[in-house]
Amino acid sequence: MNMKFLKDYRDGEIARGIIRKINEISRRPAKLMEVCGTHTVAIFRHGIREVLPRNISLISGPGCPVCVTPNRHIDEAVEICRRPGVILTTFGDMMKVPGSSSSLAAEKAAGADIRIVYSTMDAVDIARDNPDKETVFFGIGFETTSPTVAAAILRAEQEGIGNFSVVGAQKLIPQAIRALLQSNEIGINGFILPGHVSSLIGTKPYRFIAEEFSIPAVVIGFEPVDILQGIYMLVKQIEEGTARVEIQYNRGVPPEGNPHAMNLLFKVFEPADAIWRGVGTIPGTGLTIRPEYSRFDAVRKFGVCIQEDRDLPGCRCGEVLRGVITPLQCGHFGRTCIPENPVGPCMVSVEGTCAAYYKFGKGASGDEA
Amino acid sequence: MRHDKILLAHGSGGKLSHELVTELFLPVFDSPELNRLDDRAEVQVAGARLAFTTDSFVVSPPFFPGGDIGKLAVCGTVNDLAMGGAEPLWLSTGFIIEEGFPVDKLRAITASMKKTADEAGVKIVCGDTKVVEKGSLDQIFINTSGIGMVPEGVDISGNRARPGDKVIINGFIGDHGIAVMAERQGLSFRNQITTDSAPLNGLVRSMLEVSKDIHVLRDPTRGGVATTLNEIAMQSNVGIVLREDSVPVRDEVMAACEILGFDPLYVANEGKVLAIVPPESADSVVTEMRKNRYGEDSVIIGEVVDDHHGKVVLSTGIGGKRIVDMLVGEQLPRIC
Amino acid sequence: MCLAVPAKIVSLSGMTAEVETGGVTKKVSTDLVPEVRINDYVLVHAGFAIQVIDEQEAVETLKLFQEILEHEHEVS
Repeated sequence: MNMKFLKDYRDGEIARGIIRKINEISRRPAKLMEVCGTHTVAIFRHGIREVLPRNISLISGPGCPVCVTPNRHIDEAVEICRRPGVILTTFGDMMKVPGSSSSLAAEKAAGADIRIVYSTMDAVDIARDNPDKETVFFGIGFETTSPTVAAAILRAEQEGIGNFSVVGAQKLIPQAIRALLQSNEIGINGFILPGHVSSLIGTKPYRFIAEEFSIPAVVIGFEPVDILQGIYMLVKQIEEGTARVEIQYNRGVPPEGNPHAMNLLFKVFEPADAIWRGVGTIPGTGLTIRPEYSRFDAVRKFGVCIQEDRDLPGCRCGEVLRGVITPLQCGHFGRTCIPENPVGPCMVSVEGTCAAYYKFGKGASGDEA
Repeated sequence: MRHDKILLAHGSGGKLSHELVTELFLPVFDSPELNRLDDRAEVQVAGARLAFTTDSFVVSPPFFPGGDIGKLAVCGTVNDLAMGGAEPLWLSTGFIIEEGFPVDKLRAITASMKKTADEAGVKIVCGDTKVVEKGSLDQIFINTSGIGMVPEGVDISGNRARPGDKVIINGFIGDHGIAVMAERQGLSFRNQITTDSAPLNGLVRSMLEVSKDIHVLRDPTRGGVATTLNEIAMQSNVGIVLREDSVPVRDEVMAACEILGFDPLYVANEGKVLAIVPPESADSVVTEMRKNRYGEDSVIIGEVVDDHHGKVVLSTGIGGKRIVDMLVGEQLPRIC
Repeated sequence: MCLAVPAKIVSLSGMTAEVETGGVTKKVSTDLVPEVRINDYVLVHAGFAIQVIDEQEAVETLKLFQEILEHEHEVS
């Protein structure tokens, strides 16, 4: 059976060999931030924190698109799904995330036509099959996912499908890392850069991390051997006192990324300021539909106007997303905030740092405060 | 109850289901038989130990690779009885059918029920039919209840796991959930993954012949192996350690899980049994299980420990550890 | 943030490909990698092929550490 490129990278013997190598060379304290939520989950899933030397700590960053989506966009989707004749489509990830007063799961229970899709093209198919209804796709995600939203809009345009539109809540990663570094709250020694975002954007947008902030950064894959090898590469740079942007995940990340996909993305969208839940507005990290494609903008099409965001009382997701605190330091965590009754988005998303801490063992790891 | 409306997750077998049962149903129905929260009640009638259970089946679509809702309806109830060591004897069946449902399909479903009942050696002895207006439900729902007899000297319950006991499973996990989900998600297989749905009373009987002192039997259906082991850990107030490398998962199931963002430990099974047995009899039980057609791939996947009470810990392939929690909500295909 | 699975292109038709991994096949869109050919390996995310996998690099990544481990064995 063929599980090429997966099984080999889960080999326990190779993994243990790399762990020995890390132990051999690692001397200095190293705070490494995994920017990406998929890394957070993989690190917990394979128990990687436990096998690292005590001087290496892994800090979860802001890379969970569900978690950083502000109430505003969820409220927009909720308001649109209540309109008559609307089919709202979205990824399974967004169903349970609470907005200001409701979630899509609650709206579905109340009778709204909400369908989970695996691909943006499924949403276009639904629009084509239901010409008498309006099909709206609620899109979240980073550079990995956003080109698929652009491709869906282009497909709808090409086929003349007029009953398809998008609530866009997509975000861009590199400038968010800059914002984190500028506030300099935690003293990060190295970045575990997101493998699949980088498959699209390549390494150039990260150069500033090494050049302006003198911090090592490595683009890393998601299997245990990838993650351990990437950590080894980071530790090596830290011990040598160098700062470069390297690629561990060579098989999936050419240095130039996927320029064709990025061209499609920026044909339909243009950069804009974006609100990151708990962090605030970060210039240039959002995506807005270009005027030529504005007929695909659901918020405009349905004339939705949401009042300003309301923060969740006592929720410290913002600090968790910035890596300033671990979930264990939040008073809600594990008490009033649990996966079946989440206070904040970091507990809702499978990839949320709080959900990962809760699900995989409440921080039985090396980084308790 | 924290919610004022019933959500899908209340029926998914995970934490919200648990909350619904313990906070809404138990306080009202309150009876010692029910309060044990096993998959069946045990009642004494004229000196005989009877096992009694009920289950409803709402799977969509009603026909899927390797099975259909009828086969599930018989296996599910037979297995709930067998998980107490009971010999299943009689079943009832209730059909709720949507107006317009093809008679041919109903005929196929009942034929499948009869075939499965014959295999399990149970009789379907009473039934009921209701037809509802189109749109009131999705094609067909089936309820079955069952009665069985518990043999002398058998004492199987979710609260009997003891430190040192071994955890056994009778084969590959996740086949049923992936067979059903694949249809909905547009996945297909080079070698078709079919439901593992099977009546397990014969397998359980042969296990009891080797050792009467089996502590726990439970079928990891909704919520999967992870959720079932959590329930056992809580009921018995012990810890359970699973070894990731020994949990059998087919490549196709693993690949489908990777694509959909699922964890096979949470995917539903319909023909699997988790057995918790004392260490001295574990090997002979496994050897016996492997002789049965539904136990050929039986294997020890972990053990019960006197540590982290109420929790399940997985030791990972690279030598790390993580807690395996109950399923929260239902598993949805996800991209991140 | 982004799950993606490596899979092999087994057939192509317009902007749709059938991909296979671990015996599972699925249709995906190739809008983002129009240059793909049959037998290429791609990363699949949310129903799209997002990047072509460099098989040579994949082998190199593993070889690097296998060699280090073999070296360890020789030394010890």
